[in-house]
Amino acid sequence: MRQLLILSLSVLALAACEREDREYRANPVTSETEEKIALSPLSAGPSGPTEQRSGLGQQYEENAYHIAQGKRLYIWFNCNGCHAHGGGDSGPPLLDDRWIYGGQIENIVQTIREGRPNGMPSFRGKVPDDQIWQIAAYVRSMGRNVPKPAAPGRNDDMHPGPAEQRRPPGEVMDGGQIPPAAQMPQ
Amino acid sequence: MGGARLALGLTLSLILQPALPIFAQPTPPQPAAPPFVTGPEDGQWVIPQKNFANTRYSDLSEINTETVKNLQVAFTFSTGVNRGQESAPLVVGSTMYVLSPYPNILYALDLTQPGAPMKWQYNPKPAAAAQGVACCDVVNRGPTFANGRIYFTTLDAHVVAVNADTGEEVWKTKLGDINRGETMTMAPLIVRDKVFVGISGGEYGVRGWIEALNAEDGKSVWKAYNTGPDQDVKIGPTFKPFYDSDKGKDLGVTTWPADAWQQGGGTVWGWLSYDPDLNLLYHGTGNPGPWNPNQRPGDNKWTAGIFARDADTGEARWFYQTSPHDLHDWDNVNEMILLDMEWDGQPRKVMVHPGRTGFVYVIDRTNGEVLSAKPFHALTSVTGVDLKTGRLQTNPEKEPVNNRVIRDICPTAPGAKDWNPSAFSHKTGLLYIPHMNMCMDWESVEPNYIAGTPYIGAEVRMMPGPGGHMGEFTAWDIREGKELWTINERFPLWSGALATAGDVVFYGTMDGWFKAVHARSGEVLWQFKVDSGIIGQPTTYRGPDGKQYVAILSGVGGWAGSIVSADLDPRDGTAAKGFVNAMRELKNVTTKGGTLYVFKLP
Repeated sequence: MRQLLILSLSVLALAACEREDREYRANPVTSETEEKIALSPLSAGPSGPTEQRSGLGQQYEENAYHIAQGKRLYIWFNCNGCHAHGGGDSGPPLLDDRWIYGGQIENIVQTIREGRPNGMPSFRGKVPDDQIWQIAAYVRSMGRNVPKPAAPGRNDDMHPGPAEQRRPPGEVMDGGQIPPAAQMPQ
Repeated sequence: MGGARLALGLTLSLILQPALPIFAQPTPPQPAAPPFVTGPEDGQWVIPQKNFANTRYSDLSEINTETVKNLQVAFTFSTGVNRGQESAPLVVGSTMYVLSPYPNILYALDLTQPGAPMKWQYNPKPAAAAQGVACCDVVNRGPTFANGRIYFTTLDAHVVAVNADTGEEVWKTKLGDINRGETMTMAPLIVRDKVFVGISGGEYGVRGWIEALNAEDGKSVWKAYNTGPDQDVKIGPTFKPFYDSDKGKDLGVTTWPADAWQQGGGTVWGWLSYDPDLNLLYHGTGNPGPWNPNQRPGDNKWTAGIFARDADTGEARWFYQTSPHDLHDWDNVNEMILLDMEWDGQPRKVMVHPGRTGFVYVIDRTNGEVLSAKPFHALTSVTGVDLKTGRLQTNPEKEPVNNRVIRDICPTAPGAKDWNPSAFSHKTGLLYIPHMNMCMDWESVEPNYIAGTPYIGAEVRMMPGPGGHMGEFTAWDIREGKELWTINERFPLWSGALATAGDVVFYGTMDGWFKAVHARSGEVLWQFKVDSGIIGQPTTYRGPDGKQYVAILSGVGGWAGSIVSADLDPRDGTAAKGFVNAMRELKNVTTKGGTLYVFKLP
């Protein structure tokens, strides 16, 4: 019985390795990852856009430590001031399925780094690159676009809705909608 | 014809009027609009407030309690932008001016032609990035006409002057920096040769100010900050506040933790009033930054209060702080309606101010003395105003504590009433207040100042107040300090009010009803369902054909309606600074819009 318990515990521990994996300052603070991604599913020629992902995004968004750090940094860098706890405010909601500038983690990293023309500030040089990835991983967890075991299980502050882990898995609809006010007449 | 109608109306009103207590003690007269706004009605509507006293009253009476039931649509016009339409349609001569939310396009419509076709449009092309530092939808509260020009502010903190005949830009001046969170949403006020404007951004740690520009070329004449040293605030020897708490040197520095005044808020984004007899400009100051009061021990002068300034020099004459050491985002930006009234047997020049704190203040506008402050909203977090010290009395149980959720705070962060202006009827002597009935839970958290991003430090979720409805339209007896009647509305009232000599008062609701009610009884006499929720300011005018018209913009949005205008996700109750928690149903009731509706009698 006792052996069985040890065995099952070690199996569980092994399975959780990826979830718990930590890298301490993986990249130099000033470096910047370069994922080759497209903002549109449409491309010239019939084959679809040419993209190249390093796999780093998957490492971040399947890792509970990174997501938990991202949740903390999301508050630190005032992301909640504009996007609330995912429901949005002056910035669009993040827990829904509509992604104006793409909903993959690589798109979100790019959105944070570069900013977007209708009011998203650029954080390049203000937030270290690995922390941008962590924030992006947390943003992916809001609509439960990350594995359930990696998503945060509780909120530290006022309860705005169920914790990320208890939300049903979400969808990502790329493209979304440009905020209507940005469609300038004339 | 007009005479006959008038006679009939008089007879009817005599018959319908309730029996007056003739033998009772003579009651003092109702407050009255000051002489400088009671001249003959010209049938125009040239500034959003209608006049310097902010009464929003028109002497036109073709549309009255008898005829209003026949109102019908005369024409409509799309602003081309479907964000919150808080602006007021203006009429100057035979032209109507309509200003859209960001991107702040100004349209001129020709009222002499059937269907009021467009004469021209002017697009200031504001920076799109400004949308990212607009706290509460990308609204604008209206253009203003003076000196043959239309003046207005743009979201990216420019002020423009446009030739009212041709639509050509006369000048355009940049006054703020969006990288510091500075935007503009208010309607300027023009007095003679000066344009008065202020900055928005109280949720971004902006240091608030008001500035006077030369109306001719847009050059700065004076600028006064609302935090910091006396010199910056334009406090000098002529500053004579009524209460001791406002006396002392450099209070704009000493009532703050070291240097906190530099991100201290006190922005100016609400309604300005002007008394030409006293040459005093009245403006409110916004909430202190950040919202979390535990970050800023002290009274946080000169935020959340009212300044009277010399219009020529900007020198402060008096100040009254409605919310010292503000606890709950109670900007003092609401309208200040200038009236003359008898108080304790003496004639007084007053201002009447329905504030976010939940009280209707009656203040002597010559010296800043509070004569009365009576509640018009359910209150749990405040108990009254001490008339000896002028100080707001708060309930210690509802004061914010860091990282603790304090429940059932009434009124809420947008206050008992937000920006949307009341109207004062020169005829009934009553104030018509569109306001809210809401409470909230509040958790203070430690904020982080990063220029160009929000600086708030509070988690909020709002809910309906006692009774379950969120909006109220109240007829208020200023002298008695009590409501005469109230109409309950499902959603918060975010539209302004309009009073007319026809004894009809107009307002709109967030679920899209434009309503005309009897000024004395509150009976709904006529209502019309428009395409989207209403958060605009109704205006009325006499058209080139001699008929009376009523105009309103529909298009839901603003802080309360951003759940619809910005497609927010109702699953997060803290979205839109907690407003979404109360507004989830709005998505099932209305959609976005941006349409001018103009009504007339057949």
